[in-house]
Amino acid sequence: MTQSEFLNTVMPFKDKVYRLAKRLLISNEEAEDATQEVLLKLWSNKKKMESYKNVEAFSMTMTKNLCFDKLKSKQAQNIKIVHSNYEDKKTSLQKQVETTDSLSWVEKIIETLPEQQRLVIQLRDIEQFDLDEICNMLDMKNTAVRVALSRARKTIREQLTNTHNYGIK
Amino acid sequence: MVLNNIEQLIEKYENGETTLQEEQRLKDYFSQNDIAPHLEVYKPLFAYFKANKQERYTKDIPLKTKKTNMYSWLTVAAVAILMLGFYFKSTQKVTSIDNDLGTIQDPQLAYNEVVRSLELISKSMNKGAATMGYLESYNKGLSTVSYISELEHSSNIIFK
Repeated sequence: MTQSEFLNTVMPFKDKVYRLAKRLLISNEEAEDATQEVLLKLWSNKKKMESYKNVEAFSMTMTKNLCFDKLKSKQAQNIKIVHSNYEDKKTSLQKQVETTDSLSWVEKIIETLPEQQRLVIQLRDIEQFDLDEICNMLDMKNTAVRVALSRARKTIREQLTNTHNYGIK
Repeated sequence: MVLNNIEQLIEKYENGETTLQEEQRLKDYFSQNDIAPHLEVYKPLFAYFKANKQERYTKDIPLKTKKTNMYSWLTVAAVAILMLGFYFKSTQKVTSIDNDLGTIQDPQLAYNEVVRSLELISKSMNKGAATMGYLESYNKGLSTVSYISELEHSSNIIFK
């Protein structure tokens, strides 16, 4: 497999890998590192890649495992790193702030969910994977995915109504 | 009618029972502007999903093809050459030591030769010993230094 062939197979889903990593690791930089690691692992095992049935699903599973490893690693346990992505807020005017604010609420709410639910929400609602595919990727039963999805959606909605009604947070 | 439909869809959505097509319909509905006020809550949720999908991985992927390991073999060759060089050099030395200097057969001649070389040794020995005489003046100097300690002794008595 040449470099261009590899890139052609990888390009379509590299953003999905990145977003999934970011959902779990939260920080931009950590997610970038994780994505790079996943892609390099794929590249170094490129001979085996042709035998995989679904490279995309495979790499999603890889990403999930890698991120869990990172979260459980000693490095992460020693110091609790509060990841925050700093932005240049010069350009954002009041109106832009308001619209992005409600979006960042959603992001914050999703961040508070358990990892499993975060994964499911990411794969289903953002990447729009089929339910069976998600079962494959996460090695979960169909019903378990449904339950996690339903719980996650309900919590998000409840939290959203709270912030919507009281305007706090 | 449409609203009713959407409400049903939302309920299904929250139970995790919607298909991808139905979810797409929900997303389409919430991306427009006129939304029923009691469903306003869901708007940021679907807007967020849509916005999040736009996020891209922008870093380059540093793919490395396997480098030809010419240099590593070069070091191996260099070491081999060095080892060979040392080996040949040491074997050459051993052969040169074997050279025979010869022996003197006549006893008188041998005696004379020994005396001559011993004289040579003693001569240079004496030359070395003559310089040792300077050591005596060193001793003299040392004894004068010992007077200082005596001075110290007396000064100690005074200061007491």
